[in-house]
This record gives sequence, C-alpha cells and structure tokens, in this order.
Amino acid sequence: MTARIDVENLTRRYGTANALAGVTLTVEAGEYCVLLGPSGCGKTTLLNILGGFADPSSGSLRIGGRDMVGVPAAQRPTTTVFQDYALFPHMTLRDNVGFGLRMRGQGRAERNRRAEEMLDLVGLTGAGGKRPSQLSGGQRQRVALARALAVEPDVLLLDEPLGALDLNLRRTMQEELKAIQRRVGATFVHVTHDQEEAMAIADRIVVMNKGLIEDEGPPERVYRRPKTRFAAAFLGEMNFVPAQVRTGRLDSPLGDLGPTEHAAGPVTLGIRPAHLRPGPEAQIPAHIIEVMFQGIHRRVRVEAAGLTLLAHLPLGQEAAPGDQVMLAVDAPEIVVLP
Amino acid sequence: MKRFAACAGYMLLIYGFIFLPVIVLVLFSFQDGRFPVPPLKGLTLKWHAEVLADEDLRAALLHSLVVAVGSSLVALFFGFLAARALAHSTMRGAAAIRGALTAPLSVSYLVIGLGLLASFNIAGIGLSLWTVAIGHVVINLPLCFAICYAALGAGEIQAERAARDLGAPEWRVMALVTAPMIFPALLAAFLLSITFSWDEFLIAFLLSRFEVTLPVEIWSLLRSGLNPKTNAVGSLVFLVSALAFLAVELATKRRI
Repeated sequence: MTARIDVENLTRRYGTANALAGVTLTVEAGEYCVLLGPSGCGKTTLLNILGGFADPSSGSLRIGGRDMVGVPAAQRPTTTVFQDYALFPHMTLRDNVGFGLRMRGQGRAERNRRAEEMLDLVGLTGAGGKRPSQLSGGQRQRVALARALAVEPDVLLLDEPLGALDLNLRRTMQEELKAIQRRVGATFVHVTHDQEEAMAIADRIVVMNKGLIEDEGPPERVYRRPKTRFAAAFLGEMNFVPAQVRTGRLDSPLGDLGPTEHAAGPVTLGIRPAHLRPGPEAQIPAHIIEVMFQGIHRRVRVEAAGLTLLAHLPLGQEAAPGDQVMLAVDAPEIVVLP
Repeated sequence: MKRFAACAGYMLLIYGFIFLPVIVLVLFSFQDGRFPVPPLKGLTLKWHAEVLADEDLRAALLHSLVVAVGSSLVALFFGFLAARALAHSTMRGAAAIRGALTAPLSVSYLVIGLGLLASFNIAGIGLSLWTVAIGHVVINLPLCFAICYAALGAGEIQAERAARDLGAPEWRVMALVTAPMIFPALLAAFLLSITFSWDEFLIAFLLSRFEVTLPVEIWSLLRSGLNPKTNAVGSLVFLVSALAFLAVELATKRRI
C-alpha cells in the first residue's frame, strides 16, 4: 500500500501568476517527503494537484505509474489530512474514521472494527463514540489522520497538519507522524513552512520558492550542502560572505579559508553561525554588537572584516556588546555558492 | 419609575397594534351568537365544530396542506442545489446569478401570479392545484436558496472536500455531509416555505380553478358575510402558521 510519485514539468497558472513554474520531482514509494517553503511558494498548489483538488496547467503526474491528470480526488489512491482537519461535525469519531470505508462499500461491523483500530493507532482508544466538538485541537488532528489512513491510501498528503498546534504538541506529533509512517509504509507528502519540522521528520526535503524547486534531498545534505542561496537561508540562519577562488583556495575578507574544488572566480560562501565560533585556532578578530541568550549557546551579532555576521559563543564564555573576540571558521562546513 | 411606566405603556400599545387583530379573530371564533362582533355573548365551540364538519373547508384544508408541503419540498430541493453550486463557485458572474435567484423576493405576488397565469395560458396548461404549487415554488425557491446559501460556510466546503477525498461521489457528499451539516437551516427554510404557502391567497386565487386552497375557500365564505365560522377557520390557519413559526425558532435555536 504505497506508491511512487513522478511529477514532470508541472505548471499551474492562476491568471497571470505562476503558482508552479515547472516542477519535476520524484518521491520514492514509502518515503516521507516534506515540501518546505514560504507562503506563496507553490507547495500547497503542488499538494492540491497531487490530491486532485487542482488541475495542472501543463506537465504530467503519475502515482504508482498511473497517469493522474484529470482523475478526480475520489478516485485517486491518495487521501489528505487537511490544515483545518475538516472533520464531519455531525458524525461520531467512529463514523468519521469509517467514512472512507463506507464509500468503498464496507459493512458497518467491519468498518467500525477498522475505525477502532485506527483510533487505537493514533492514541484515541475508546473514543469512537465521541463527536469532534468534544475534542481538543491535537485530538482532532489525530482523528483527521486516522480517517485519512483508514482507507489504506498509497499516498498520504498532509497540508500543514501541525500548524495549529502549540510547540510541545507539535514536537510530539512529529515523532508520532514519523512512527506511524514507518508502521503503515505509505508514501507521505507533508507541506510545512517550519524548517525544523521538515528536518525532524523528512526522508526527503523539497525546498520551494516562487513556484520552483530550489533544492531537494535528504535533510542533512540540504542543510549542510544547500544548492542555492535561498535553500541555504531558508533552512536556518546563514552568514553570506563574498569570496574569490584563486588557485584552488578560498580567499575571503575573513582570510584564507582553505582549499576548494570550485572553479576560479567570485563566489559566495555560506557559513552557519554554529561554524563561526571561538577556539584555539581562532584568528579572526571580531567586535560584538549584540548578544542574545539562546539556552544552548549565546548567539552574537559581530562585526568582522567590515561584515556583519552571526556567531555562536559557548555558554561558558561571557560576552557583552563592545567586547572583542577571536573567531574561527569550521572550514569543512563552508558552503560554496556560485 | 415614571420612565418605566411610559416605556411599558408604549410597548403595550405597539404589541396591541400588532396582535389585537389576531386576538379579536380568535376570541370571536368562540362567539356564542351569529355575528363575530362585540359584545361577546358567551363561549362556544360550535363554530369550530362546524368548520370541521364542512366538506368544502376540509377539502380546502387538505389541498392547502398538500400544496404547502409539496411546493416547499421542491423549493427546498432546488434552492439547496443552487445554493451549494453557488457557494462553491469562483466563476465570474456567480454574483449575478445569485442576484437573479434572490431578486424574485422583491417582486409582488400579484405580478408573479399574473405572469404565471399568462404563461400557463400560452402553454395551454389548465389551472389546478398543480399550477398553484408551481406558483408557490416560484415564490419560495428564492427564500430557500437564500437561507441555504447563508448557511454554507467554509466549514461545509472543507468537509465536502474531505468527503470527496475519501471517495464519496457527489450525491453522497450532499446527502451525508452537506445536508446534515446545515440541517437546521434546511428545516427552517422548509418550515418558512410552508407558512408562506399555507396562507398565500393571491397566487392561489389566480392559479386555481375547481380545487382551491384554504385562503381561497375562506375568501368565498366571506362573500356571504362575516360570521364566527370564518373566524374559526381563520384561527385554524393562524394556529398552523404559529406552530410552524415556533418550529422554525426551535430549529434555528438548536444551532447555537
């Protein structure tokens, strides 16, 4: 009960605006794929096209090898967990979860059994007789998940499913989503604008911007070796430093930053604040402008070599605006962007 | 205290103005005498009994009931379908279609009745209870549409999307999700339509021939002069309307 998704050159125009400007993407069967991007980047449009709630203007979409363009939502091997849950308020949880099976002609006894099983899976054992209005936001989210999974879809689509939950609950639900995905084995496509959420649960992150894919791959690769400046900045704070490649070495205002295989010429270096830090080999003098305590470290805004940069200081090191510090760059973690 | 008395007096005047005709009508339907005018000579149920014994009135009552329920169901059905289509529509011109659907609410019954009469004549359709019912569908459909349309919000549209996503064909989306979700509004629209059809005279008068509805029958009774029997049948009409209206109130209350 899982399927691969092949998207090729997909576009979607609304009037003159390009919500999708040509997207090509393959999601392997059983993968947890997260579409990440700012609002208006096209991620929800892509999800709607996958689910059959919007038609592409051009391009092709295959799920499990079957062409899906023009196939109505009701006949696709996909189900959706909607952003606002969209539960049926007049039905019990059991009937909500059993709705899809009812549409597939299953008898009451069988679908009730299955509904209880699914409520079990999402941690709502024995709540089958309740109505959605009696539940908290997090519980409604679980019911929406159970309802979508009850019909054993090949592909589960999740539209900002955790957006309305508070932070702690969101973290818990992320773990559960991942665990449930492993258990049911379906392909999950999850839309969010929260990069931490994306990194925590994705097998594959797809970073989108202005209707195009900026970068896609495993979270660690996309975070540590982003392919574009946008992807680099969207996944977390990043210092951008102009530099030159000369004779196979990175020459920057911060000094020589080691060898590179990049062709000679001007480049932009991406350095995460965590990789700009004090240490025994530190030789970049920096002037602290601002200090922000962040629990596991101090995030400081510094001025160095005429650039304003973000760096992380360990908690043991006292720092105040106006202080001088010496910083080092973790050369292997530098991202070289064209 | 003086201010309170003034307010109370004013209120009594207004309510008296609104309700006195109904009170007089009902009160003098119990008149123990030949004329429904003061003084009240005594109370009797004789006139009510006479209404129930009158074959023509009984037939008219049945006709009214059939026309009211039938035309209201049809108006509700089409009003619901139209509301659903337009609530979802993002197409250009949806607002114009919506306007055209509700505009008949402002057209007088006389115009609608005469227009239908002319249309039926041209089409060669003889007048009967059917034509009366068609007339009542014409006046009640905009009402049903407006009530259903107002009840359909983002919640309904989202739930319908979810139902479709789970494999529901369109008619099951409507029957299992949309209609139950806006059931109080459907009930209110249905009952209001019934009250409108129930005591509607003009259209029923213009579009009926041998079989007539209750208001038309009452009108022909009146031609032979006032008597407590007309009051009694009037009270009956009022009672049914009042009950239906009460039911509407209860139906819409339950929603909150």
